[in-house]
Amino acid sequence: MEKALTLEIVTPDKLVLSETVDYVGAPGYEGEFGVLPNHIPFLAALQIGNLYYKAGGRTNYVFVSGGFADISNNKVTILAESAEKAEEIDVERARKAKERAEQRMAQQKEKLDYARAQAALQRAMSRLKAAQHEKAA
Amino acid sequence: MPSLKDVELKITAVKKTKQITKAMNMVASAKLRGAQQKIERFRPYADKFYSMLSDLAGKADEGAHPLLEVRSEIKTVGIVLGTSDRGLCGSFNTNMINTAKRLAREKAAEGKSVKFYCVGKKGRDQIKKTEFELKLALADRMGSLDFTLANEIGLDIINAYLGGELDEVILVFGEFVSVARQVPTTLQLLPIASADAEGGEGEGGGGEYIYEPDVVGLLGELLPRFVKVQIYRALLDTSASEHAARMSAMDNATKACNDMINALTLLFNKTRQAAITTELMDIVGGAEALKG
Repeated sequence: MEKALTLEIVTPDKLVLSETVDYVGAPGYEGEFGVLPNHIPFLAALQIGNLYYKAGGRTNYVFVSGGFADISNNKVTILAESAEKAEEIDVERARKAKERAEQRMAQQKEKLDYARAQAALQRAMSRLKAAQHEKAA
Repeated sequence: MPSLKDVELKITAVKKTKQITKAMNMVASAKLRGAQQKIERFRPYADKFYSMLSDLAGKADEGAHPLLEVRSEIKTVGIVLGTSDRGLCGSFNTNMINTAKRLAREKAAEGKSVKFYCVGKKGRDQIKKTEFELKLALADRMGSLDFTLANEIGLDIINAYLGGELDEVILVFGEFVSVARQVPTTLQLLPIASADAEGGEGEGGGGEYIYEPDVVGLLGELLPRFVKVQIYRALLDTSASEHAARMSAMDNATKACNDMINALTLLFNKTRQAAITTELMDIVGGAEALKG
């Protein structure tokens, strides 16, 4: 029997995704990592970024806004505060959010607001990137 | 004896009230279903979160993170109170506000100062009238409850806690037991009580984990989020409880309307009967007089 990975992405609002996949690439805290079947148990914090998985020869992208990945027994569970499949991303909204964040960063140099704007910018850019990948595929 | 017209007017008024209470009952039951669905959808996230955290907490020391540490001297207590934005839900809000006030008085009697964080209009309005400080008030947010709200409150509280402004934080919310039962519940939010009492067993299996970053670093990421998860869960429960309480309150009101309509209809009939009798007596009397 061939071992397969199960990928589950959970947010407070819903179960975003639950699928059998061949490979998962995730934006780890200390850099991207890949997961293949029979991976050792692994618990990692995630950055804002894009996660991708391969299933049936196709690569799919999912935006995650940070969170955690728990890998054990060939099961990858992602806990994120928000996650969107690439095809569900609202490109227009992300673009606007990006502009807004850039403006705010240009305007104020105060530390807290700056960090918030930076995080917002990062989220917007990751969303756009995921959407682009989706289009190319 | 009231006039016929008066009684008729009163019956119409009560009937209209009944229409409203009935409609509110149905709206509340639809909203309750929505709230329960939200709880349902949040459960997988919360369950996974608890098991992850209890796994980790077992591997770290007590003092591994400031959010876990119990402070030796507690000067200021924060109370997070979740109530509804609207009334007409029986004693639901009153129960919760009283629980919170009692807790605050207890703490004040021990010489600690109390600060309130209120979600929901009803709680805010009541706490404003007390001697306690109202640190944060969020009104009109329960309707479209989502994680952002919990995030906002969580950030505020964690910052205050780490800044030494608060030494202990307690959550007061309406736990949703069943449609017929909602219990005002208190829960210690900070410092985080040992997590394993809360969540289920760790998933076991798989032997030793690799952690990235290390255990302490991960805890630093997980714990603040845990606080928000707790707040979100409490708010979801409060929202479901509110709708359930309103449902039964409106059900009772509709029943009371029915009773009133019955009583009034009886009165109306009696009055009408009396009027007819007097009229008949008049006519008969008149006829007798003519004959004579």
